[in-house]
Amino acid sequence: MPEPILSIRGLRVSFDTLDGTVEAVRGVDIRLAAGETVAIVGESGSGKSQTMMAAMRLLASNGRATGRADYRGQNLLELDKAAINAIRGRKISMIFQEPMTSLDPLYTIGNQLIEPIRRHQGLSRAKARAEALRLLELVRIPEPERRMRSYPYELSGGQRQRVMIAMALANNPEILIADEPTTALDVTIQAQILALLAELQAKLGMAIVFITHDLNIVRRLADRVYVMREGMVVEEGPTDRVLSAPQHDYTRMLLAAEPEGHKSPVPDAAPVLLEGREVSVTFEIGGGFLASKLALRAVDHVSLALRRGQTIGIVGESGSGKSTLGRAMLRLMPSDGEVLFAGRDISGLGAGDMRPLRKGLQLVFQDPFGSLSPRMTVGQIVSEGLRVHQPALSARDRDGLAAAALAEVQLDPAMRNRYPHEFSGGQRQRIAIARAMILKPSVVVLDEPTSALDRSVQKQIVDLLRGLQAKHGLSYLFISHDLAVVRAMSDYVLVMKAGKIVEEGETERIFDDPVQDYTRALMAAAVDNQRFANA
Amino acid sequence: MTDAALDTNGPTELPGGRSLWSDAWARMRANRAAMASLIFLVLMTVACIVGPWLVPHNYTTIYADYVRTPPSLTAYPKADMVESALNDVLRRMRVEPGGWTQEGDRVFVEVTSGRAIDERNLRYLERSDTFHDARVESRADDGLAMVMSAAIKQQYFLLGTDNVGRDLLSRTLMAGRISLSIGLLAGMTAVVIGVLYGATAGFLGGRTDEIMMRIVDVLYSLPFIFFVIMLVVFFGRNFVLMFLAVGAVLWLDMARIVRGQALSIRRQEYIQAAEALGVTQTGILLRHVVPNLLGPVVIYMTLLVPHVIILESFLSFLGLGVQEPMTSWGVLISAGAKNIGSANWLLVFPALFLVSTLFALNFVGDGLRDALDPKDR
Repeated sequence: MPEPILSIRGLRVSFDTLDGTVEAVRGVDIRLAAGETVAIVGESGSGKSQTMMAAMRLLASNGRATGRADYRGQNLLELDKAAINAIRGRKISMIFQEPMTSLDPLYTIGNQLIEPIRRHQGLSRAKARAEALRLLELVRIPEPERRMRSYPYELSGGQRQRVMIAMALANNPEILIADEPTTALDVTIQAQILALLAELQAKLGMAIVFITHDLNIVRRLADRVYVMREGMVVEEGPTDRVLSAPQHDYTRMLLAAEPEGHKSPVPDAAPVLLEGREVSVTFEIGGGFLASKLALRAVDHVSLALRRGQTIGIVGESGSGKSTLGRAMLRLMPSDGEVLFAGRDISGLGAGDMRPLRKGLQLVFQDPFGSLSPRMTVGQIVSEGLRVHQPALSARDRDGLAAAALAEVQLDPAMRNRYPHEFSGGQRQRIAIARAMILKPSVVVLDEPTSALDRSVQKQIVDLLRGLQAKHGLSYLFISHDLAVVRAMSDYVLVMKAGKIVEEGETERIFDDPVQDYTRALMAAAVDNQRFANA
Repeated sequence: MTDAALDTNGPTELPGGRSLWSDAWARMRANRAAMASLIFLVLMTVACIVGPWLVPHNYTTIYADYVRTPPSLTAYPKADMVESALNDVLRRMRVEPGGWTQEGDRVFVEVTSGRAIDERNLRYLERSDTFHDARVESRADDGLAMVMSAAIKQQYFLLGTDNVGRDLLSRTLMAGRISLSIGLLAGMTAVVIGVLYGATAGFLGGRTDEIMMRIVDVLYSLPFIFFVIMLVVFFGRNFVLMFLAVGAVLWLDMARIVRGQALSIRRQEYIQAAEALGVTQTGILLRHVVPNLLGPVVIYMTLLVPHVIILESFLSFLGLGVQEPMTSWGVLISAGAKNIGSANWLLVFPALFLVSTLFALNFVGDGLRDALDPKDR
């Protein structure tokens, strides 16, 4: 083992909250050698991000860190502000998860790159500009000259993350800390970014600390891996050894958390419940007082037929129109074409006429944090649909039904007086499912219901949804960019790109024998576990 | 869904949840400045409501003997004031003073006159603010001389008296009633109108929003003072109209703030979820939009109340607001400002009440903002 350049020993992080002190990290040891890639894996709340944040002295104001974090003999936890600033951003730099919010929307890309270079390296404006251009080329931004003058909103998510990487590399850091840098990106973009990181490491020779919950990324990128759980490292070692012969139960559980199973197709005789014929959704962009409007066709003449008991998976990258299609099928969005529910054309119905039908058509959202009103108790949230569709029920009956619905999604009904913020992501998603299920719908549109959740929780939600489908004969429209989950859940798959269906067919056929290039690219990005090129 | 599930889960055994409000309250309690201010405000309110009944002077009573007396913790009259008060009384009786003595809290005075002295002259002593319980001690047989006695009335003017001799403490407390209730009522008016209007505009969006907000713009362009003068001209000077005028102008800010918030809340997924459940627009507005708006609204209201109090002071200062003998902090301060050289307590005490209340309200507002904003943790 070569001499480590970063060695964290006995690190503890605690936060003072209203409920007392919460220990987020409880004695963690991590070593990082020069030029090495180390992955820290764990589920949300395992303290993996807080460990590195503490080492970088970026904890929230109520956080405290004890222990040691030595960078070349200097304990980062005890340095004064000036000394830590000399290291942070220059010797150790970071990239974050959310490329949308980490760039200042009011400055051009060029400005945001040039300023830190000038400040840290004291270069002239012209030299700094040349350096910024070199960096943009390094991270493979097309047309770097033009991009220097662009504002962040003109760039796609992947390009923004590339700019963030360019900024992080501006001062030739020795250590790059990447905190879930690809989680917010589409699978194909994700693969490109990871390949870029591997390539840059080979070229520049910095050490990378990769914080992630995705074992597939670990397998493809990391030399060594630390598995964290509840603020402690439960297992560490070379990637190959840990992933092929895990010692700790928790690692084994993480490895086994890939969603599995498959769904057999429904018989052709099953009645069609929800049918869309040539559905199109057009958005008008802009159009102020004098400006002319721009039409954007988000969904372009899509037809689909959902049978009783069937699950149709809709896959595609962000912006492909899959969520819009789901909303249009539920008549939550104005659209052209026909939508038939149980044989009746509902495309022309107004809000009032739709209301009785809403009972049978339900929706579960991606973000379990945003889809529950923060000022209502769980019981009120779950039973709200009953107020609309069974107004005759007494408050007591509603409460009872809410309790039963919560029990059905395997939550303790006694918790229905609590508020959403007191629950974890997985529990919240169960609440959202209970809210849809209490009305006993026949069709449920699931809009990325598992994307915001940890793998092991995803698996539980998938199992829950499958169980409910079998019990009540539900039909699902399952929208996701996560192909592994789609494969486990659906018996029929639509692949969407730019508002159109590029390929459709039974799940096995699509996954095993994709016809279109686009589908193949999606599959390759999702299931590939080849290691990225590395020095 | 079985009946068993219904029966076993009675509402009695449920553990209470911790709402965002109770979280905010806990954070608020940790903020010492805000809590001290809150307690101060409660005390101030209680003092203004109950105080005028407990203070021995009525806020309208004029003590002719005590014009512009400085504040004092000891009782009036002071030793030197007895003689001048006595001389005043005797002059009114049109009798010749013949020397006086004080024994305990009674004064004995000899008077003589060219004509017979009427015993009813005693009522001059009774009417005085300094004396009471007047008696005739002895009387010369010809009725031309008399010894009268009267008790000295012990009175406290803790904050002094004003230009016409009214007790400043009772007036300040009374003024507090007016100022606080104007602040609260106009604030409430502004909040109710502003929240409903802004939430409706923001939630409905599109053309309705455009039209509603242009109406707000038009109202903004009306000069406030002009508006108030118009109201006064049409309806006369009316206390309730003051609230209306102030509230009717201030809801515009509120509506804008709330509309912005409602616009962002409308895009939240829980609103879409409610739409997918088939909840009516009114239901969404009242159950989802308004409760989630309350945080910024409460904060803005604590800042609005001081604003209203100052506006009322300004209007009263111009003579458009509260009229004598009723008073408000603004009126008292404007009167005090005129006497700043000769009787500075007329300015100092009302200003102290107003400023401390405004400070406290601002601290509470700051505290609430910190407490209700979870991002600040």
